[in-house]
Amino acid sequence: MIENNWHTCSHSESDCGRLCCTKIENFNVAFGNTQIFQDVNLHIHCGELTALIGPNGAGKSTLLKAILGEVKHSGVLKYFDAKGVHSGHPLIGYVPQYLNFDLSTPTSVLDLFTAYLTNIPCWLTSSQRIRERVSQILVKVKAEHLIDRRLGALSGGELQRVLLALSLEPIPDLLLLDEPVSGIDQNGLELFYNIVSDLRANHDLSIILISHDLNLVAKYADRVVLLNGTVICNGTPEEVFNDPRTRNVFGMLVQHNAQDKIPSNKEDSSC
Amino acid sequence: MLDLWYDLINFILPFQWLGHNFMKNALLAVLLVTPLFGLLGTMVVSNRMVFFSDSLGHGAFTGIAIGVLVGGIKPLTALVLFSLFFSIAITVIKNKSRVSTDTIIGVFSSTAIALGLMIMSHGGSFAKFSSYLIGDLLSITPGELGMLFCVFIGIVLLWLAIFNKILVISINPSLAASRGINTLLIEILFSSALAIVVAISIQWVGLLIINSMLVLPAAAARNVTSNVRQYHLVSVLFAMFAGVAGLILSYYWNTATGATIILIAAMLFFSTFLLRNRFVD
Repeated sequence: MIENNWHTCSHSESDCGRLCCTKIENFNVAFGNTQIFQDVNLHIHCGELTALIGPNGAGKSTLLKAILGEVKHSGVLKYFDAKGVHSGHPLIGYVPQYLNFDLSTPTSVLDLFTAYLTNIPCWLTSSQRIRERVSQILVKVKAEHLIDRRLGALSGGELQRVLLALSLEPIPDLLLLDEPVSGIDQNGLELFYNIVSDLRANHDLSIILISHDLNLVAKYADRVVLLNGTVICNGTPEEVFNDPRTRNVFGMLVQHNAQDKIPSNKEDSSC
Repeated sequence: MLDLWYDLINFILPFQWLGHNFMKNALLAVLLVTPLFGLLGTMVVSNRMVFFSDSLGHGAFTGIAIGVLVGGIKPLTALVLFSLFFSIAITVIKNKSRVSTDTIIGVFSSTAIALGLMIMSHGGSFAKFSSYLIGDLLSITPGELGMLFCVFIGIVLLWLAIFNKILVISINPSLAASRGINTLLIEILFSSALAIVVAISIQWVGLLIINSMLVLPAAAARNVTSNVRQYHLVSVLFAMFAGVAGLILSYYWNTATGATIILIAAMLFFSTFLLRNRFVD
């Protein structure tokens, strides 16, 4: 696998604090006359889980789609790796918030992976080799037993893990996760955060996660970005959750147990 | 080439209903065109494009009218060209605007049918177009069979090349785009394939029921399958079975072939619908 080579880190001269990073500079998105967000500037570091929080309509999902290049936006997306070998546009993995498919669709998890990863027409053939490969990928997200399940028969949490596995093939530079607002039970959420947390550590991934569960954010995230039309607040979970502006937006006190966390990099905090 | 087919039929299927050459031609046409309906139908139903494929029939209707009005070119050429234009226009506008898809299709569809009716009714000549409404499979000529064969090969090759991408887009367009898939191009290719198949078969199946040929076999197959391979296999088999059975029954009952085929496909849908809990988890 080439994945490890891409992310092997050595010290770099770039102005990134870590070994590789993604820079989002001056992102603006407007639909017609409606400004969704403006002047969004973010540094996303490798090996860090950045949680994107904010009220409904803050532009969180739109920001991810702008990073994906699917929504028209102004601003630049830059990626710098350790040696400048792989700089330019990052390889992006994406887990959408929901799928818009028909629940009765006769498509199995194996079909989905075959269609994504290969050009072998999955309506005609299937091969043992692909099956084994997909099975190995699914092990990473503890979903290997779901390989022959119909997509419509998966629970919310199972579907989310399957999509996560899909976004990891090949291992991206930047992983964008848009968490569903509902439909996943608490155990499923914990499992998902655990897997994402391991990925960050093992693959040195940059992860941006839109989250609606502030307690889990406090527990797992390295950085938190509060978005509401623009970046209101950006820093470690303690900094952001203790900031009066956060309380202002959410209108409540956020509990968090920062003790569990790995100490994180505090530079370029704007709080 | 066709003589070989006639001899083969006389040898292996020496039935009364296949006695005439026009029935042998019709059988060959059914065997070529129904698998295409079965194949393309799978993604028409999965992508919720039933209304879109319905509108293709309306577009084809205008194509026929324009073909006759312009003259000089064969009606079929005008029909295929207009249908292609119609389907690509809908796909592009759907992708470029934020208006809901069914509204766009509705607008195009009614514009097309109105235009077609105006041209056809001009000078009271509507009656000569009515055969397109019902279709006549038995009128197919050897030349048309050759064309059908080429289309068959073309569509199967296209399906081999782009099916995976269509499936990915049908699950989630953003996800597909994040994989570097040109979603607009794939959608245009798919809708063009649909437009061509609908346009060339409309004269045999009939405008009123052409959409059911795309929808029913796939919809029936969904009731009893749980992965893509089974879905395609069953959909194609249902389409071919309905086609052949409909051809035979229409011969003995003296009914319109297209309509008889659809009725059998509909019965397949209802019976699989009742049995679906035995097959799908």
